[in-house]
Amino acid sequence: MNVRLYVWQRATAAIMAPLVLVHIAVIFYATRQGLTAADILSRTHGSAIWASYYGLFVAAASIHASIGMRNVLIEWSPLDERRAGLLAVALGLLLALLGFHAVIALVVT
Amino acid sequence: MSGTQQELSVSLWRGGKDGRYRTYAVPRRESQTVLDVVTYVQRHLDPTLSYRFACRVGVCGSCAMTVNGKPRWTCRTHVAKVAGAGRLEIGPLENLPVIKDLTTDMAEFFQKWQRAKGVFAPSQTRHDSIAQIRPDTPARAAADAAIECINCGVCYAGCDTVRWNSAYLGPAALTRAWTLVNDQRDAGNRERLQAVAVDGGCHSCHSHQSCQELCPQTLNPTAAIAGLKRRTAAAYLKGEIKA
Repeated sequence: MNVRLYVWQRATAAIMAPLVLVHIAVIFYATRQGLTAADILSRTHGSAIWASYYGLFVAAASIHASIGMRNVLIEWSPLDERRAGLLAVALGLLLALLGFHAVIALVVT
Repeated sequence: MSGTQQELSVSLWRGGKDGRYRTYAVPRRESQTVLDVVTYVQRHLDPTLSYRFACRVGVCGSCAMTVNGKPRWTCRTHVAKVAGAGRLEIGPLENLPVIKDLTTDMAEFFQKWQRAKGVFAPSQTRHDSIAQIRPDTPARAAADAAIECINCGVCYAGCDTVRWNSAYLGPAALTRAWTLVNDQRDAGNRERLQAVAVDGGCHSCHSHQSCQELCPQTLNPTAAIAGLKRRTAAAYLKGEIKA
């Protein structure tokens, strides 16, 4: 971990902290109100707010997890820093791909 | 060999990396330290035993060893405090290469002090007047907090991050860097902050706080490293250092 990655990881954590709280609140609301998948999709379709909210969440989570996994790989695997970095970037891209795919499904399709 | 009230069962690491523990019977004495026990073995039972010590009073930092699983300064560790059931297992410090028996190669430990720019960089010459240092400023208090480090290597041997990441500078070197960062007479801070901001620097610390728990001088390297994290992050955001 160097200072650049440290700043990115702390910044993405700061972004995610309030997003996680809202996300949990939404889950509680949806389950308490007994909303079905169709109910939820009818509210999120075409919503720029939900697209921005979860788009930002996915971007922050992908960067944050990627940096953390790089650290884990350097410490707990035989990979050197360069290989650990490449694998961590690949993992981050996979998370972003899956996440943005879910966001598109939520607000577009 | 079981220990009694009058006798300790002492297992000492013998050999190099691939050595093994060998057990000795050592007479129990009042106010006996772990270093006394090791010295007894060498003087009376096996003169080929290698270990390191100098001052015997907790100043020089030479005699640290692993005692019953924890790194400790052996000259100030009383047997009564650590020898449960009259047994002691004493090995070389972990995270450092074993030379022989209880002695480790400290070269890498001190090379990391150099890499962390743990050397004072003077801002004045002998021709200038003596710097007036106010002891009550926050910076001086932060410098004073860690100035009693005796370089014993206990924090380094007890650090999980050092164990997992051989590039990590370690608590002692980073604490030294933090002391100098807060020393108003020092002129090497940009280079020092740059040196501890790279991979293996202060940001590798997970704040497990083993160093703080184990430090025989009751210093708090974790707090010093947290200070370096804040200071380097601010310097990076201002463009004063690079990743």
